[in-house]
Amino acid sequence: MQTASVFSFHGGIHPPENKTQSLRLPLGRPSLPTELVLPLGQHIGQSSRPLVNIGDKVLKGQTIAINNGFLSSFLHAPTSGTIKAIEERPIAHPSGLSDVCIVIAPDGEEKWSTLTPLQDWNTLSKTDVLAYLAEMGIVGMGGAGFPTQVKLQGAHKHPLTHFIINAAECEPYITADDMLIREKTIELVLGIEALQHLVEAEQVIIGIEDNKPTAIAALNKVLSDRLSNIKVAVVPTKYPSGGEKQLIQLLTGKEVPSGQYPADIGILCQNVGTCVAVHDAIHLGQPLISRFTTLTGDALKAPQNVEVLLGTPIQHLLNYAENDSKKLKRLVMGGPMMGFTLDSANVPIVKTSNCVLAASKKELPQPAPEQACIRCGMCEQACPASLLPQQLLWFSKSQELEKAEHYNLFDCIECGACSYVCPSSIPLVQYYRHTKSSIREAREAAVKSDLAKQRFEARKARQDAEAAEKEAKRLARQKASASKSSETKKVAPKAAPAAAATTATPAGDDSKKLKIDLAIAKTKLKKLQKQLLEAQENEHTEEINTLQLQTSAQEKAVALLEEQLANAVASAPAPVPKAPASDELKKAKVDVALSGTKLKKAQKQLAESPDDAELQAKVAGFEKELADAQARLSKLSADAPASSTAATSAAPKAAVSDELKKAKVDVALLGVKLKKTQKQLAESPDDAELQAKVAGFEKELNDAQARLATLTDQAPAAQPAAANAGDELKKLKIDTAIAKAAVKKVEKALKKAEDLNSPELDTIRQQLKDAQQRADDLEKALANPNTTAPSATPTASSAPAPSQQANADKQRKIDLAIAKAAVKKAEKGILVLQEQGQDQAQIEASGLPDKLSAARAKLADLEAKGESPAATPNNAETTTAAPDEAALKAEQIKKQKIAAALAKAQINKLTKRLADSPQDADSIQLEITAAKQKQQDAEAQLTQLQLAQVTPSQDNTQENR
Amino acid sequence: MALLRVTSPHTQRAGRRTSWVMLMVILATVPGIAAQTWLFGWGTIINIVIAGIAALLSEALILSVRRRAVAFFLKDYSALLTAVLLGIALPPTVAWWVTVTAVAFAIIFAKQLYGGLGNNPFNPAMVGYAIVLVSFPVPMTQWVGAHELLASGAIPTFTQSLQAIFQHLPNIDSYTMATPLDGFKHKNELSSAAAFNTIDALQTASLNSWLWINGAYLLGGLMLLWLRVITWHTPVALLAALAAIAGAFYLIDPNHAATPLFHLTTGAAMFGAFFIATDPVSSCTSNRGKLVYGAGIGILIYIIRTWGGYPDGVAFGVLLMNFAAPLIDYYTQPRTYGHQKAKKGLKIGEDN
Repeated sequence: MQTASVFSFHGGIHPPENKTQSLRLPLGRPSLPTELVLPLGQHIGQSSRPLVNIGDKVLKGQTIAINNGFLSSFLHAPTSGTIKAIEERPIAHPSGLSDVCIVIAPDGEEKWSTLTPLQDWNTLSKTDVLAYLAEMGIVGMGGAGFPTQVKLQGAHKHPLTHFIINAAECEPYITADDMLIREKTIELVLGIEALQHLVEAEQVIIGIEDNKPTAIAALNKVLSDRLSNIKVAVVPTKYPSGGEKQLIQLLTGKEVPSGQYPADIGILCQNVGTCVAVHDAIHLGQPLISRFTTLTGDALKAPQNVEVLLGTPIQHLLNYAENDSKKLKRLVMGGPMMGFTLDSANVPIVKTSNCVLAASKKELPQPAPEQACIRCGMCEQACPASLLPQQLLWFSKSQELEKAEHYNLFDCIECGACSYVCPSSIPLVQYYRHTKSSIREAREAAVKSDLAKQRFEARKARQDAEAAEKEAKRLARQKASASKSSETKKVAPKAAPAAAATTATPAGDDSKKLKIDLAIAKTKLKKLQKQLLEAQENEHTEEINTLQLQTSAQEKAVALLEEQLANAVASAPAPVPKAPASDELKKAKVDVALSGTKLKKAQKQLAESPDDAELQAKVAGFEKELADAQARLSKLSADAPASSTAATSAAPKAAVSDELKKAKVDVALLGVKLKKTQKQLAESPDDAELQAKVAGFEKELNDAQARLATLTDQAPAAQPAAANAGDELKKLKIDTAIAKAAVKKVEKALKKAEDLNSPELDTIRQQLKDAQQRADDLEKALANPNTTAPSATPTASSAPAPSQQANADKQRKIDLAIAKAAVKKAEKGILVLQEQGQDQAQIEASGLPDKLSAARAKLADLEAKGESPAATPNNAETTTAAPDEAALKAEQIKKQKIAAALAKAQINKLTKRLADSPQDADSIQLEITAAKQKQQDAEAQLTQLQLAQVTPSQDNTQENR
Repeated sequence: MALLRVTSPHTQRAGRRTSWVMLMVILATVPGIAAQTWLFGWGTIINIVIAGIAALLSEALILSVRRRAVAFFLKDYSALLTAVLLGIALPPTVAWWVTVTAVAFAIIFAKQLYGGLGNNPFNPAMVGYAIVLVSFPVPMTQWVGAHELLASGAIPTFTQSLQAIFQHLPNIDSYTMATPLDGFKHKNELSSAAAFNTIDALQTASLNSWLWINGAYLLGGLMLLWLRVITWHTPVALLAALAAIAGAFYLIDPNHAATPLFHLTTGAAMFGAFFIATDPVSSCTSNRGKLVYGAGIGILIYIIRTWGGYPDGVAFGVLLMNFAAPLIDYYTQPRTYGHQKAKKGLKIGEDN
């Protein structure tokens, strides 16, 4: 036994000790409560993971929860019994919140599980002993509940000069450590020796305040009996000498540098309770299931120290200490200086509960009203951290966070000495807590805003790259289509055989490969972007940088591939049409449809039994058939425009719009197929076959879209006869009806999915959007022929004839009927949406209101026209043909305008879609070019018409410009 | 069971409220007031009463204008303390309206207009004193003399004091004379020794009466130190600086400079050191800051006394150092636990 020299620390206070009350009675051992509530988070760090289930029988000392990560701890059953519940229960926490607890109903038998003391701790490796301590659930019992093995591991960083045992217990009222030293002196010393064996410090000092003479005497006796070299340092009673930093300063004269740990200066502190728990674990094999707790306060008739099982409800202890509930006004967990108040006594004792203070109103009166700070400096004299509390208050009140930080707010240990001495009763510590959290929030916000800025810049760069890429693509495509059309016209008959071979040409192969590469690269990019986003959300700063680098590299790769692809597409010879045969075309169409259905059926079957090789073969066969049929069809349809151009006005039946329709159907079909396969691919991403299929589909789709684009380009040039319009309209109507049905079906599915809250919701929504888009397209198409057809008439027939007029009349009537139907349809669509309870925004998003207004505008237009033609015949008979012509032309201008507007609307819609679904960028891009072409054509015709009719429509043109 | 839910700490040092602090300062002036009354008559006490009433009225008025709890703030005795300090500082026979002006200005302008207790950058009592000293120099320099030296042979009685304060005392001049500081300041070309021999105010009786008064305030200040209402830093630094600079100049030119003891025992040296400069609101916060602040006042007192336009320099010295207090605070932060050295200035973002 030796005594150690004692230094001193700045400040400190001498509050009334109030320690005698709880030392009058000997150590109590309360009876078993009816249930033990064991919170999973009794320590610093992550909550433990429960190992038991409700209804399990557990033995005393059995592990019921294991550590959840590095900074976590084990939990053991404090007694034998049954797991009653694992649920949220109120716990002893300053927040007053609940936490998940394991509730044990004791069986009263106190049957221990097999205890295996660590007999050979002297010879075992230290890591094993530390692991054993972790499994015994030992945490720092002084207050914070820091897992002991982690603290001991940290102590190995530097050679230890001092191993300090904290027995100061400076808080008023609390005597649990005092009682523990008295009752378990030898256990304490053995525990300290075990720990010293683990940490090998130069000297071991027990720091104890001079207000515990009995404990000091007991310690000295045991230490001298054992000839121990453990020193006892008796420190003067002054709050907060038991604070880790203050005790270190008292015993060593050193200060723990700001922001560092005692281990960094070669010092380790352990609480006496922890040392005894270490002894129990190593020498007895008992895990940490009980602790010493002081029950004190004026509201208790029998204040005393108790050895209590963890999880014992405080109410049970209050009853044991004869609580006078009338007197109880403030229930404090911990001491009066740093403890926190409890909402109710219905919370359990945990590993860190050293005191329950049941105070009466007289004992701990309500805090006096806060007065102005007069900067008297009493707080400054009391502050053990040598802070300037009055200045910190000033900065806290005015929210000058930087100044507060500059004045070392974060060195405040929240001991409460300043608040205790404040003559103006200012709750200083609370101000500091608030300011600390404000500063932390501000720091977090700063980090977040930095990340957001990074994200925004990355996004902007990405969008710019995308835009540039699109522009490059568009230029490439323009070039390609220009060369295509010229080629088509020039070498139409000659290139016929070559067309069949197009797919086999190296260029086609190349582009296919490139597309596959591109698809893969894009997928990778998407994955990387997702990871990046996640990392940014979770603020894994170190990951973000690498991910960002990877993402930008991938972006570059994608851009490169796309450029190559664009080049390849541009260089690839366009498929050249053959001589047409509408019969064949029909047949081919039927074939495509049939094989498509078959394929679908087979695919469905395949989905149900994915391992069926036969079915797979069948599907493959069907797919081949379909591809053949489509190839045939495409060949035919490619021929069609050529034939129509060849037989421009002679063959009014030229089925350009038919072809258009077909191509569109193809595109749609292929799109669906592609999506399906992509979905499959997503489910089994390693399937090379599927990937190849996807790539194939993508290629087909692109081909089909390219075809569609060509057709759309040619469509206005083809100038179908007016008579044809009716036929086309019928077809379009049927198509539209089908598409609408599809929309409805998907909507129904969506509703069902919403009801079931199924995960496919998004996919179905996407389908719905696609279907609606298709329906919209068709409707547009339905509208377009109406406008394109009549626009063609005047150029085809320079002189107005009565028959033509009749024709035009008829057409107008049909238009009128269609427009009316469109209005009705749109209205109905809106109504349906409203019935489905979708809000206004969604309805607007569906585009139906726009459609409705467009349809209404057209209807009005047509009606107006219907009246004027009725008048024109009379005029035509009575007056010259010229004004009649003028009137006609005016109408045509109107129509052209509408057409242009519609095309514009479509472009807008498509652009929006492009933004929404960048993965379909290619197809949408094609559609956009088509739509733009349409618009340009319409506008070109419009200007032509307007030029031809300068005088009457001058106002209009001016308006337009 | 409605349990009280508050944050830690749950206890408070009993009894030591802000009002207690103010009351202790007021009580610590009692020896000084007693000495002043004994030596100069009832004027000081009458002044204190007038000042007290005026202070409470002006404080109540402004508090009600500011819609604050009047009783709550009046009970902290801070206004009363200002009044007592002013009553002590003003000459015992000064007219009542001078006192009222000083007090009203101190409470309304120097204290409440800055936000009330705890927010005033300047010592209110000294602001009030400076205002009337500048505005009414003649009544402010009429101090009652030591009765042995007075023409009337006695200090004014209670009624005479009342008359002097509220009406006009025709033979007021027979009771008043220059203070030692005043007398020394106007010795002109006389050497120190000659001055102490010839000038009335510098006779032993006069010097002794001021010695008594300063001793009484020293006693009160020691009481405050013992009660830990104030720390030793400001008064010790002030007196030490004053003594040091006086000693230095006395050593350089003993013929014309006064001894350090003369400077420490005349005028408001002790009163200023223990009761004026220690006003916590307007002074520095850290212990090191208080040392600088006190020393600054001490030096300024000597400078004003010796080369300034006024015989005593406590009021202006304190006010000037009030200006400097925030700056001093930034450069005299204590070294916080766990830091290598104390932070200086206000370099935000630079740690340790």
